[in-house]
Amino acid sequence: MIETIKGFLILTGAVFMLLAALGILRLPDLLTRMHATTKAAALGVILIMLAVAMHFGEVAVVARAFAIIVFVLMTAPVAAHVIGRAGYFVGSKLWSGTVKDELRPNYDPLTHELKSGLETDTNAVHKPRDNDPQ
Amino acid sequence: MTGAIWNLLLALAWVILSGDFSGLNLVVGLVFGYITLVLIEPQVDALAGYPGRVPRILRFIGFFIKELVQANLRVGFDILTPPWHMRPGVIAMPLAARTELEITMVANLISLTPGTLSLDVSDDRKVLYIHAMFLDDEEELRRNLKEMECRALELFR
Repeated sequence: MIETIKGFLILTGAVFMLLAALGILRLPDLLTRMHATTKAAALGVILIMLAVAMHFGEVAVVARAFAIIVFVLMTAPVAAHVIGRAGYFVGSKLWSGTVKDELRPNYDPLTHELKSGLETDTNAVHKPRDNDPQ
Repeated sequence: MTGAIWNLLLALAWVILSGDFSGLNLVVGLVFGYITLVLIEPQVDALAGYPGRVPRILRFIGFFIKELVQANLRVGFDILTPPWHMRPGVIAMPLAARTELEITMVANLISLTPGTLSLDVSDDRKVLYIHAMFLDDEEELRRNLKEMECRALELFR
C-alpha cells in the first residue's frame, strides 16, 4: 500500500515537472510561461518530497523534506512575482490573445508611478516614499 | 502566539516525560497539549481565541491544497492540448489587506495558485494587479480571489 502511494506521488510529481518544461516551450509570452514553470514545478517538488519523507520515515529526513517544502512555498511565488513584474515593466510584449490589461493605463513609464484607479482628488497626489530611487 | 508557544512547550514536556523521542510522539504531544489548552482557555485571558485558530489554519491548508491541484491540472491540460483555451489578461483587484505583512501574504498566495500571478501593488496600496490565465468568467475569478483573501486574512486577525 505504502509502496503504491509513494510510486504515485513520485510519478505525478515528475509529470507536473514535465508539464512545467513543456510549458516553457509551448506558451506564447513571458507571463504565461511564469505561470507554468513556477507553480507546476513547485507542486512537483512538493509531491516528490512527500514521497521521500514517506520512504525514509526517519525524523531527520522527514524534517528536512518538510523544510524543503516550506522553503519552496516561500521562495517560488516571490521569484515568479519579481521576474514577471520586471519583464512586464521592461516592456515584454503580451500575447496577442490577451483579453484585457488594466495595469497599462494606470502606469506612468516616466515617473514609474502606479495608480490604483480608485483615486479621489486628495490621494491622487504622488507622495514620495523613503525607498524611492532618486 | 502565546498559545502556540505553550502548545509547543507542553508537547516537549510530553516527549521528555514519556521518553520516546520520535516525530510521531511529538505529534501526539501537540494534540494532547492542544486539548489541555482548549480545556483551560475559559480561565486564561492570554489564550483567548487560540482554540478556534488551529482548525481555521488546518481548514485553510486543505482549501489551499485543493485549489493548487485543481488549477495545476487546468493549466496542464491547456499546455498539452494544441489549441489555446486560455484567455490571459491583467486585472486590478481591490485589496482588503492593509499592512505590509498582510499584502505580502495575500500576494504570495495568489502567486502560488496557478492561473494567477501577482504583478504589482499600486503606489497607494489599494489595488493588486494580477495576471490571470483564464479570464473566461471574470466575475467568478474575482469571487475566488476574494474568498482566498478573506480566508488568508482570517488567520491574522
